[in-house]
Amino acid sequence: MIRVMRALIARDLQLAARVGGSGALSLVFFLMIVALVPFALGPDLNLLSRIGPAILWLAAVLATLIGLDRLFQADEEDGSLDLMTGAPAPMEMVVLAKVVAHWLTTGLPLALASPLFGLLVALDGTAMGATALTLLVGTPALTFIGAVGAALTASIRRGGLILAVLVLPLMIPTLIFGVSATEAASGGTVPFTTPLLILSALSLIAAVIGTFAAAAALRWSE
Amino acid sequence: MRLTATNLAARRSGRRIFSGLSFALGPGEALMVTGRNGAGKSTLLSVLAGRLKPDAGTLAVANMGEATLPECLHVVGHRDGLKSPLTAEENLVFARDLLGAPTASPAEALKELGLGHALRLPVAYLSAGQRRRVALARLLVCRRPLWLLDEPTAALDTASQAVLAGLMARHRAEGGLIVAATHQSLGLDDARELRIDAAPKPASPSHDACPAASEVWW
Repeated sequence: MIRVMRALIARDLQLAARVGGSGALSLVFFLMIVALVPFALGPDLNLLSRIGPAILWLAAVLATLIGLDRLFQADEEDGSLDLMTGAPAPMEMVVLAKVVAHWLTTGLPLALASPLFGLLVALDGTAMGATALTLLVGTPALTFIGAVGAALTASIRRGGLILAVLVLPLMIPTLIFGVSATEAASGGTVPFTTPLLILSALSLIAAVIGTFAAAAALRWSE
Repeated sequence: MRLTATNLAARRSGRRIFSGLSFALGPGEALMVTGRNGAGKSTLLSVLAGRLKPDAGTLAVANMGEATLPECLHVVGHRDGLKSPLTAEENLVFARDLLGAPTASPAEALKELGLGHALRLPVAYLSAGQRRRVALARLLVCRRPLWLLDEPTAALDTASQAVLAGLMARHRAEGGLIVAATHQSLGLDDARELRIDAAPKPASPSHDACPAASEVWW
């Protein structure tokens, strides 16, 4: 079973790295949103640094949606999913491997690049660190929730919009606690750990429910 | 391995495709599924591959220990399961690691199908027939007793069709099973034939029979 997961993760990372892969796409999208906001708001540094964490989180949520619709659809279209049905491992493991690979190519780069992008919205050191940490903890929740929608829309052509409508409401709690944890870090009434722990809990719950729900959706997609 | 299907029925988007299919296959035997276009040949293969839940009937596998039916078979169908950006070798290595029970190396398997030179070419550069041959090479990189082939000769030239016939004969000599949906003979001379008739004839007064003709127009 470990061999199956390793094979899937290695293949998806390989695919993301090739020309036409979605590897850098969400990162570029993230950068575009964050870079445009200061132009729209004007050079008010106080305002920017106050709403900076919210902008970074919002951009992360939207960037996660990029490429999510192809997560299972690409494999459904070219028949790779038939191949995976025959793997000596349950569908849940296949889903887990694919979601982990997807997170490694979207969520993790976002979290790692966020301190750099924090410069664009005038964040101070503490807020930069807090944003990176909360994104690291919170983006798995976004990816797992998105995976359920991706599995449900796998056999629908142009299912991207339906996917966004399905999963965005479910991502709201993650967004709320992500932003509130970041704000708590740079001075607030609640201690930093409270929203951070809730955020971790959201990620863990999404990992369990998302894996099983996506596998069930793929298994009975027809 | 022994595969027994009794009274299989399948439904797609609410429409009954076929019903009452029964067959049994033992080691070394081959089954040719025939029928006109749209009769449900590919649907039957999807049911066998575990991608579609049968509407009625049972599928039983004997002599395979704890392995489930999808874990005992190879599928080569219209959708070839190859990733265009990856090379032929990378695709085959992935299939081998995913499916387990490795036998031939990707290089050997491709050479056997006459594609030794395409080992390090991205699959996107290959023609339809060459892609089909890479998909067929999957049959050789890991050993599985049952081969499900959906129109395996589509896009293949005559030489490759002969190679495929040879591979199938060898597989059967080693005790393998083959279920092939096809319009051609495939060189499976002694294979049994399972004919799927799309709409049951009006002569048989079953409930499924009556709306069959009108449903086609949905």
